[in-house]
Amino acid sequence: MGVNDMISTFEVVRNEQRCIQCRVCETQCANLVHYYHPDTGLMMSDESKCVNCQRCVALCPTRALKIMKNRCRMRENANWSQDTILEIYKQADSGAVLLSSMGNPNPLPVYWDRILINASQVTNPPIDPLREPMETRVYLGRKPEQISRKEDGSLDTKLAPQLQLSLPVMFSAMSYGSISYNAHASLARAATELGIYYNTGEGGLHQDFYRYGAHTIIQVASGRFGVHKDYLEAGAAVEIKMGQGAKPGIGGHLPGTKIVGDVSRTRMIPEGTDAISPAPHHDIYSIEDLRQLVYSLKEATEYKKPIIVKVAAVHNIAAIASGIARSGADIIAIDGFRGGTGAAPTRIRDNVGIPIELALAAVDTRLREEGIRNRVSLVVGGSIRSASDVVKAIALGADACYVATAAVLALGCHLCRTCQTGKCNWGIATQRPDLVKRLNPDVGSERLVNLMNAWKHEIKELLGGMGINSIEALRGNRLMLRGVGMTEKELEILGIAHAGE
Amino acid sequence: MKPEGQVRIPSGCAISAMISKNGERMSGEKIIESMKPMHDRSNGLGGGFAAYGIYPEHKDYYALHIFFDSRAARMECETFMNEKLDIAKSERIPTRIIAEITDEPLIWRYFVLPRRFALQNSQLDEREYILRLVMTINTKLDGCFVFSSGKNMGSFKAVGFPEDVGRFYRLEEYEGYCWTAHGRYPTNTPGWWGGAHPFTLLDYSIVHNGEISSYDANRRFIEMFGYKCTLQTDTEVITYIMDYLLRRQGLTLEEAAHVVAAPFWSTISRKDEAAKEQLTYLRTVFPSLLITGPFSIVLGFNGGLMALNDRLKLRSMVVGHKEDLVFIASEEAAIRVMEPDAEDIYAPVGGEPVIVRVKEGAF
Ligand code: SF4
Ligand code: SF4
Repeated sequence: MGVNDMISTFEVVRNEQRCIQCRVCETQCANLVHYYHPDTGLMMSDESKCVNCQRCVALCPTRALKIMKNRCRMRENANWSQDTILEIYKQADSGAVLLSSMGNPNPLPVYWDRILINASQVTNPPIDPLREPMETRVYLGRKPEQISRKEDGSLDTKLAPQLQLSLPVMFSAMSYGSISYNAHASLARAATELGIYYNTGEGGLHQDFYRYGAHTIIQVASGRFGVHKDYLEAGAAVEIKMGQGAKPGIGGHLPGTKIVGDVSRTRMIPEGTDAISPAPHHDIYSIEDLRQLVYSLKEATEYKKPIIVKVAAVHNIAAIASGIARSGADIIAIDGFRGGTGAAPTRIRDNVGIPIELALAAVDTRLREEGIRNRVSLVVGGSIRSASDVVKAIALGADACYVATAAVLALGCHLCRTCQTGKCNWGIATQRPDLVKRLNPDVGSERLVNLMNAWKHEIKELLGGMGINSIEALRGNRLMLRGVGMTEKELEILGIAHAGE
Repeated sequence: MKPEGQVRIPSGCAISAMISKNGERMSGEKIIESMKPMHDRSNGLGGGFAAYGIYPEHKDYYALHIFFDSRAARMECETFMNEKLDIAKSERIPTRIIAEITDEPLIWRYFVLPRRFALQNSQLDEREYILRLVMTINTKLDGCFVFSSGKNMGSFKAVGFPEDVGRFYRLEEYEGYCWTAHGRYPTNTPGWWGGAHPFTLLDYSIVHNGEISSYDANRRFIEMFGYKCTLQTDTEVITYIMDYLLRRQGLTLEEAAHVVAAPFWSTISRKDEAAKEQLTYLRTVFPSLLITGPFSIVLGFNGGLMALNDRLKLRSMVVGHKEDLVFIASEEAAIRVMEPDAEDIYAPVGGEPVIVRVKEGAF
C-alpha cells in the first residue's frame, strides 16, 4: 500500500443480509471491484477500483449494493480539496498528464439556468400544440442574398445544399472507437428514424453504416483518420473539426487499447496504436487555408453537401465565426466548454474555453452586425441538457443544437467519467466485445427516439406558450428571454433584459 | 416610465379599409364613420388613416408629413432637408380644433424631390434615397418624425379615437381611391403621435391589428439590411419586412404573403409539385420573416392593397364587395356602415392574401 492507495473516492456498501452471493456484480464489473472469497463464502470489494458507474447497483437482483461517496475523507481544506490532493499523488506517481472524460464537472455558472422563457397572457393568445399545428422543422445551410427568377417568371428554386431537420437537434460527433459499434448503430438508426443527423466523429465510418448515409454527418479532423473518397460521399454533410469544447487547442485522443479490429480498419491505422490527432490541421494555419479546405471538400463532393466547420468556444469566438462565415462554410458548429469527450487532459477540459451561451450570443450578434448571419447556419453544443436548453439556444440565435452527453445518457451512460479507460460497463465507451454486447442497438435506438420525441413535445409546448407556432419564429427572438441573477455585462453579452424589465 | 420606442408596448386594435377598383375618388367621410361601431376596439390612445390618390396636383412629388416637437426642431429639419431635397411646396397640414384631440405637435407637409446632384452622388435610386433620408430624420434629428413619405398618398394619425382623429385632420375634405383606418388599444403607454398607425414607408402603409410573437426574430433579421426599428412596434417591423420582400427582393404580393404567413408544411405537402417547390423555397430562404401570433393587416400601396391574416387566423377580418368597391374591416358592422348593401361578405382563410388592384391607369 502506497501513497496513492490511501483513499478511494467511493465506498462499496453491501448489505450482507440481502446478498445471495450470485456473483452478478463480479461478472458485470469490468473494473474488477467485486470478487468472491471462497474461504468466507462472502463477496468482497476492492473499492479503489470503483468508478461509480452504478452497473452493479442496477443489476444486483436483491438490491444489496450502494455506491457511496467515501466517508473516509482527508482533513477538510477549502483551498486543497481532496480531489486536488489525489491528483497530485497521481502525477507524483506517474509523471504524466492527467486524463479524464465527459464534460467539465466544476461548479462554474450554467447560464441556461439563469435564463427564463416568456409566455403569452391576455394581449395575445398562447397556442395549444394538442389542437393546432406546431412546427419544428428547420433547414440548415447557406441562404441566398437575392432571389432570382426563371424565364417564365417563377422563382428559381435552386439553393445551396441544405440539411432538413424534423426538430432542431442533432447527435454530435462521437467517433467509432471512442464509442462502440452498438452505440454507433443506435445513433445511426435513431437519427434516420427521427429525420435528423448523427455525426461520425473523427474515426471514419464503419462499412455497415454506409446505408444510414442520408442521415450521417461525416467528420474530417486533423488526423484525417478514415477519410477517403467513398467516405466523403457517404454522408449528407461534411464537418471539418477544428476544435472541440472539451479540449480546445488540442487534437483527439484515442488510447491504443480501443484501437482493435474494425476500429483500426475503419480508422485506417494499425491495431493498438494510440490515435492522437494533431492539434492543428497541418494544412490550416490561418483562415485563408480553411477556405481552401472548405472548397476542396466542396469540389470533392461536387457542391452537393453542406460543409460544417466545428470550432470550440474560445475567447475570440465572434471574430473567428465571422471569418468562418466568410470562408465558404455553410454551417458553423460551436462547442462550449462543458462539452463532453471520450478522453481529454484534465487541465484543458477544466480550464480552457468559454460557456456556449455567451459564445452563441456573441457570435449571433456579430454575424448580424456584419449582415452575414444569413450566409451560415449556427449549430451549438457543449452541454445542451434538455428541451428548455434547446429553446433558449434557439431564442439566443442558434439554428439547431448538437447533443452528445444527453444521447449517451439515453443509451445508459451513468456519467462516471472514465470513458478513457475503455472499460465502460454500459457498453458505450468501450471496444471489449463482452461489454459492447450489453448495449442492444434495438433498445438503444428506441430510447434515443423516445428522448428526442419527448423533447419535441416539450419544445412545442414551450413554443405554444409563447404564442409561436413555428420554431423559425423563435430563432434569435431574444425578447422571449429574461435573465435572473446576472450582471449588466452578462445581460449585455447575452442581449437579453433582466426579469422584471 | 420609458417612452414609446425604448420599450415594446403590446396593443390590440381595429382596422378598416375601402378601395375603388375603378380608381374613383371618395371622400374620407365613410371611412371615418366605419370606425364608430368599432369604438370599443380602441382606447383613445391612437388612431389614424392612410389615403391614396389625394394629391393629384403634386402626384410626382414625395409628400412628407412630419411631426415637430418645436419650431426649433422644424427649422433644423428644414435646413437639413434643403441640402438634400428640392421642396416644391411646404405647408401646415390643416386641422380642426376639437376638444377630443389635445397636445398636438406641429404638423407639416412638404412636397419634395431629391436634389439631382445629391442623388447622383449617393449612387442610390430615388426611392432608396428618400427612404434613407426619412430614416435619418427619424433617428438623428430630435423632435422630428416623418410619418408619411409616399407619392400621391398620405397618412394622418394622432393620439385619440380614430373618428376624432379623422375630424381633426378634416379628412372629409380629401378625396382618395383607397382609404385605410386604424384604432389602437395600447396596453400601457401614455400614447405618442408617432406610435399611432398607419405606419408608412414611401407609399407602403400598414394598419395592423394584433400582437406578433415573432417580433424580435423578425426585427433582428430585418435590421441586418439597414432598417432601424426605432418604435418597437409590430407595424413598423411588418412594414420593413414588406418593403424588403417586395421592393428589395422583388417578390410578388402573393409570394410575400407566403413568406410572412407561410402555409404549414403539412399544407405544402398536399400541393402539386410546382407549388410545393415554390413554397418550400420561400420558407427555406426566409424562415426568419415568418410572422407568428395574431395579426390582421392591410398593406396599402399606390394602386392597390393587400389584406392578410396570420395563418391560424387569430384575429378577425372580413371582406365585402359592392360593385367596384371592396371593403375590409375587423368587424362586419364597420363594412355595413360604409355600405349597407355590401355583398359576398366573407372571412378570408388565415394566411390567404386578399389582393385588390386598381385598374391600370386609373390612379
Ligand atoms: S450482485 Fe448483489 S446479490 Fe449478487 S453477489 Fe453482488 S451484491 Fe451479492
Ligand atoms: S460512457 Fe460509459 S465510461 Fe463513459 S461516462 Fe458513460 S458510463 Fe462512464
